[in-house]
Amino acid sequence: MFAEFLQFLFSGITLGATYALVGLGFSIIYNASHVINFAQGEFVMLGGMGTVFFLGLGLPMPIAILAAIALTTLFGFGLEKLAIAPARGASVVTLIIITIGASIVMRGLAQVFWGKEFHAVPAFSGDEPINIAGATILPQSLWVLGVTVLLVFALRYFFDKTMMGKAIIATSLNRDAALLMGINVKLVLFISFGLSAALGAIAGILVAPITLTNFEAGIMLGLKGFCAAILGGLGNGMGAVAGGMIVGIAEAMGAGYWVSEYKDAVAFILILLVLFFKPSGLFGKTGTERV
Amino acid sequence: MTLLKVNNLSIEFGGVRAIDDLSFTINSGTIHSIIGPNGAGKTTLFNLITGVYTPTSGTILYDDEGVTGFKSYELAARGMSRTFQNLQIFFNMTAIENVMVGAHLHLNRGFLASFFGLPSIKAGDRHCRETCLELLDFVGLKKYADIDTESMPYGALKRLEIARALASKPKILLLDEPAAGLNPAESREIDKVIKKVAERGITVVLVEHDMKMVMEISDHILVLDYGRKLTEGTALEVRNNPDVIAAYLGG
Amino acid sequence: MMMNLKSAKTGGILVLCAVIAILPAFLSNAFQYEIAILIGFNAIVCIGLNLLIGYGGQISLGHGAFVGLGAYGSAILTMNQGWDPLLSMVIAAIFTGILAFVIARPILKLKGHYLAMATLGMGIIISIVINTEDQLTGGPDGMYVDGLSFMATQIYWYWLVGALLVFSVWASLNLIHSPIGRALRAVHGSEVAAEVVGVDTTQYKVLIFVVSAVFASIVGSFGVYYSNFVTPDIAGFFHSIELVVMVVFGGMASTFGAVIGAAILTTLPQFLTFLHDYEHLVFGLILMLTMIFLPKGLVPSIAGLLKKGDK
Repeated sequence: MFAEFLQFLFSGITLGATYALVGLGFSIIYNASHVINFAQGEFVMLGGMGTVFFLGLGLPMPIAILAAIALTTLFGFGLEKLAIAPARGASVVTLIIITIGASIVMRGLAQVFWGKEFHAVPAFSGDEPINIAGATILPQSLWVLGVTVLLVFALRYFFDKTMMGKAIIATSLNRDAALLMGINVKLVLFISFGLSAALGAIAGILVAPITLTNFEAGIMLGLKGFCAAILGGLGNGMGAVAGGMIVGIAEAMGAGYWVSEYKDAVAFILILLVLFFKPSGLFGKTGTERV
Repeated sequence: MTLLKVNNLSIEFGGVRAIDDLSFTINSGTIHSIIGPNGAGKTTLFNLITGVYTPTSGTILYDDEGVTGFKSYELAARGMSRTFQNLQIFFNMTAIENVMVGAHLHLNRGFLASFFGLPSIKAGDRHCRETCLELLDFVGLKKYADIDTESMPYGALKRLEIARALASKPKILLLDEPAAGLNPAESREIDKVIKKVAERGITVVLVEHDMKMVMEISDHILVLDYGRKLTEGTALEVRNNPDVIAAYLGG
Repeated sequence: MMMNLKSAKTGGILVLCAVIAILPAFLSNAFQYEIAILIGFNAIVCIGLNLLIGYGGQISLGHGAFVGLGAYGSAILTMNQGWDPLLSMVIAAIFTGILAFVIARPILKLKGHYLAMATLGMGIIISIVINTEDQLTGGPDGMYVDGLSFMATQIYWYWLVGALLVFSVWASLNLIHSPIGRALRAVHGSEVAAEVVGVDTTQYKVLIFVVSAVFASIVGSFGVYYSNFVTPDIAGFFHSIELVVMVVFGGMASTFGAVIGAAILTTLPQFLTFLHDYEHLVFGLILMLTMIFLPKGLVPSIAGLLKKGDK
């Protein structure tokens, strides 16, 4: 009984960590620009597929991973510079459509260059499951968890201690005031997109050995990450991490104890229930309109 | 005749009493101003009267019935309308359409009739347009009727809000700083409009910083300070009250 | 101006009628008719969706689900229950309307991105249910559905869809220029201001959500009778996104914009098939470039340019 529960929990937190990283990506871009980036999932896909590609060129694993992250980050920069920046002042819905267009383009590129097949990325340190209290966990899951924890702390440091991090926070709180304080808002936007893309790529690389990857692999991951970000309260980084964990664990438990066919529905049922009672997510601020 | 009666009204936000044991009455057909230094609780009081906030204690009777728990649109149906400190214009519509929304309660709103564009809807709209044009004329904005509100000057939009509120045929109209951000000439225009509104028998409640305007047009002035009533009375009485002078000069 | 408005409306409808009447002269095969009919279907859904998004200012990323409910509702009632197709269609529309009504209140309390998430989630849940309950729906393989006996040929369908489209445009314009339509636009402009002049904003948001869902459901039903086949894709995330993209591409808060958006984005992929693998890439690029350079969508942007030219 307990072993079974533990097993579901392990797979839940592995999933959850991935969603948390994707959700963080959503939050960072949202904070800087108030845009929901529907191409976030494609960053995840580019990370995984990029690694496959660079490995295929004969590069050693660590180099291939770095190259994939760099490639995806370039796409993040490009998205901001070529599509979001020129559309400044457009309505939020228009910006959303632009990111949807970008996601179609990135999928299209991946399909043209890398085909439609599924690809496997070898696990970082073997496939030998580790036994814990009757349940097993893959070494790759530990990688997912470890790297996620590391990144969360690194991001905290970045936002709390570095000038750039503080500039991003300031811009998210009040863009005009940030401009007046001499913060380079354009640079903030640019960096945010790059950072989100890198986070997405890392998430994609980490899960690729567990789930396989192809040009459409980012779609569901992106949507679940969006769930995580909303669940935690949009723009709240730690909220997104908590949201990701909740979604991941709920999904694994749902699949384990309920029906696996509805595994993908769990995240969305959860988000609807939460939003009905907490319209700004679990840890979101409730906004009031000044009249 | 008493139109609005406020009894021992208090509201707290996180332990701070924004309005503290306030009582006053407003008679119908008068221009009643609420003044006070910044943070005196004027807008809070407005939001209490219009049912946006629920008081911690005390009552507000409008037309012998409470306002607490009523939605804004329900109060509108009871003849209470307001304008906003920060402009709330429907920028996706023309000036006349803004005013026509104001007449919402007095139009046929049947879904099927609207969907099929029945003559009754069309006739109602034609008539509504005429009365709304008169209202635009009343506030001096007739020439803007079919202009997109996005391209109208700020001062005109302030008056447009008044015309829109009038279209709902209110008994009481609450104006939250109608002259804020206006130049003296525009301010005088608003002045005239408010007087004309009162002449129509509509009770006007005014929150305003422009002292000159308040002193000139008010029948009755209520002075708030830290959520309490400092004094009330006619312009002359208030002007000569030493407490008021102290509060304004930073006592 | 009043006359202008009126003539713009009648003029637009007349042009639309003329296009529908003349178009068959240029259609030479069944495939081209098929595209024309698809445009009509998509345009009608978009007109309804535009009432919600463009005029009411409420985003929905789940409208494909309502098309799916109409389609599967009709399919199941006609094929599994043996009901009359038209009756099935009406029942499916009523069911969709009731469902939309029930979820509208909690969902439409949400704003902006939270509303986007909730509608997206709702759509995905419905599409997963359709995919999974295969005993009822045939699952991912889809299901076969008999057509309408009196719609003998494709040409009949062309005229039927054309008539439905003209009716939808006309009704949508009626609604927009009625007290209900103004109240709806007021909700978009400023909810607080609408409330203080007596507009029950929740009521109008719910109303238009239900209306747009019923539009979608009816199109879904007709669509399934036309193509004799339905798969869960119709209710899926991508279909929902596609519909929103059509509305925004054509221009929000423009009924004719919705029609033109649907027409272009339904036709475009057909023109791009020669690109084979590059099709999606180019489609995405066109979408991005249009939205970057014409952020208000085709019709309002072009109308704005013409207006400027006048001055």
